[in-house]
Amino acid sequence: MPSTYQIAQLKTRLASLSRHETGGEPERFLLGIDRVDAYLDPGPCLFCLHDIHARTAADAVAANAFALGMATCATRERPMVWVFQNLAGQEAGGLNGSGLHEWGVSPENVLIVRVRDATAMLAAGEEALKSGAVGSVLMSGWGEAKAMSLTASRRLALAARAGTSTAFVVRAASMSAPSAAETRWSVGSALSTGLEAGVPGRPAFVAALTRSRQGAAPAEWTLEWDRERRAFCEPAPLSGRRLPVPVPGSAAARGLATGLQRTG
Amino acid sequence: MLVEKVRGALRLAALNPAACALGLTRGMTLADAQAQTPALRVVVHQPDADAALLRQVLEDFGRFTPMAALDGETGLILDVTGCTHLFGDEAGLVRAVERRAGRIGLAVRTALAGTPQSARALARFGRSGKVYRPGQDRDAVRVLPISALELGEKDQQALTRAGLRTLGDLEDRPTAALAARFGSDLPVRLGRILGRDDVRITPLRPRAPCVVDRILFEPITETTDVEAVIGDLLVEAGVWLEQRSLGGRAFEVAFFRLDGATRRITVRTGRATRDASGVMRLFRERLAALSSPLDPGFGFDQLRLSVPVTQTLMAAQPGFEAPSTASRDLDGLIDRLTARLGPEAVSRFEPVESHLPERAARLVWAGRRESGTPWPARDPESPPLRPFQMFDPPQPIETVSLAPDGPPARFRWRRVTHDVARAEGPERIGGEWWRRPNHRTRDYYRVEDRDGRRFWLFRAGFYGDDPEPRWYIHGLFA
Repeated sequence: MPSTYQIAQLKTRLASLSRHETGGEPERFLLGIDRVDAYLDPGPCLFCLHDIHARTAADAVAANAFALGMATCATRERPMVWVFQNLAGQEAGGLNGSGLHEWGVSPENVLIVRVRDATAMLAAGEEALKSGAVGSVLMSGWGEAKAMSLTASRRLALAARAGTSTAFVVRAASMSAPSAAETRWSVGSALSTGLEAGVPGRPAFVAALTRSRQGAAPAEWTLEWDRERRAFCEPAPLSGRRLPVPVPGSAAARGLATGLQRTG
Repeated sequence: MLVEKVRGALRLAALNPAACALGLTRGMTLADAQAQTPALRVVVHQPDADAALLRQVLEDFGRFTPMAALDGETGLILDVTGCTHLFGDEAGLVRAVERRAGRIGLAVRTALAGTPQSARALARFGRSGKVYRPGQDRDAVRVLPISALELGEKDQQALTRAGLRTLGDLEDRPTAALAARFGSDLPVRLGRILGRDDVRITPLRPRAPCVVDRILFEPITETTDVEAVIGDLLVEAGVWLEQRSLGGRAFEVAFFRLDGATRRITVRTGRATRDASGVMRLFRERLAALSSPLDPGFGFDQLRLSVPVTQTLMAAQPGFEAPSTASRDLDGLIDRLTARLGPEAVSRFEPVESHLPERAARLVWAGRRESGTPWPARDPESPPLRPFQMFDPPQPIETVSLAPDGPPARFRWRRVTHDVARAEGPERIGGEWWRRPNHRTRDYYRVEDRDGRRFWLFRAGFYGDDPEPRWYIHGLFA
């Protein structure tokens, strides 16, 4: 019977050999809001799979944007791959380059891969995760698909760990299925905190954590996206906003962030 | 016997040797031929089918050399410079060609000489199947009859009447006299046939800088075997490229089937590469993703790898610190996804200098270097002003507005009514009159409904216009 000392030595040797398997805490990233991060203790983990469902079919855009927000928080500078199913583009509109730029992401860092069905989406996503060249991989699908099974999600999780990337799977218009994701979210649009004169404000979401492998109980938060910090924030009005702003692309707005602004 | 309709009468177009022995000639009417020999087998001449067969044979004979071309309607010219080692020697190559043609069922006449035109003349008018050494072809051509020049009837008659029977006789005459009598075309042709001028053929496909062949004695059908052979060819090509400090941007594998069908598969890379295993992965992806899978039939008996596009690629000396391979890994990922899904599926957004929202960003292939155009500046104080996802084309909606020039109070889209809670606008975006003069000016509104969803709507045209202004939804905000 080996002694306790030998067992402890063996454990430290194993922990130093393996990267994330035994013993070590998985690395995490922060979403940017203290109370959410503290709840998740201290944030969703990196190099694993996260599931994001749209609450209703009309919330597909909100789910995509929330996933992009999480991905931006998870990978600061490394490139991202977005695998987009064509059906999702037909239902809710194709991705817009200027929209991504307005969101706060640099579009040169985002690789868009358009696929025809869920099987191709999973295959492309796994290839991107395994390559180790990207920081996170988003996969946006629409509708039910037999290919999105528990085995498929486990493969994605393993590929994410092997390639040091984080995987985010966004589903719309489909029922929740069993999956090997670390956290599962159900996301919908929320009323933004309006600016003066009844103008829509920042992107706002209602994000419900439905399941967490770390054991956190389900909870729901209302969040907004702050594109200057490139992180989520509490719902609050923008400070110092004046309206209307010069039309983007006009001489006043090009080049200078602090262009002339009129009030009223 | 092949017959074709010429000027209303059925005439003989082609005959087999037995028919020639019986005294029938080309151009004779079918009625005359049948009167002479009643038992004739006659088939209608189909020039299109013949041309298609000849093209197929041309592709198949690409196995002997990458430089092959059609020669009139009934022949092929193969430039076999540097290819004879694959078949032993020149005589072996000629025998292989004849064997292959025999297997397909064609009766051929062959000749191998120093220039294309002399080879053609020797094949058609000389003895078939001979290989002519560099000095011998001139002597052999000299004894050919003047019909080898393929001149018109009148010129041929004139030469015969002048007593000139063979090309040797013509060569001995002064060229000035011939040119004066028959035009300058005749001496030029004569020079080419005699081998004095060497005019290169125009091959069907331009020759790639690097070409590597593998002839298989036993035809292969299994995918694993095919991939193994491609791997070997890639290693050999890699050595060739490395010796010249080149890298390949496109790699093409030509599969030659036993029964004559050929297939070509190409993969491209974003960056010049010599890495055999990386390109092998791309080929595997491409073979797995083919819409019509590679059909070996009875087997492939020759594979050829060519590298049509090359770029300088200096060998890099890695330093002691681990080099950053991140950009190389990303390029490899782009190449693999492109090989599997096609270049239109793997892309990146690039800004375009246009104020029209649907043209402000476009998708370009991810492997292209960035153009350097900057994205328009963002106002830090405002929320996103462009929608996250956009419809192409914009979808029509029905609206109810409080004021003609204001945002809608309620709108109906996809059979769902939305009550507007907040709105911003109008942002007026005019059309590009130089591209589409009828494009109506649009007033865009950023609206939010009671449920918290944000839309980008616009009104095309002004109130009071004719036709009436229409409302559309262009995109959805996050």
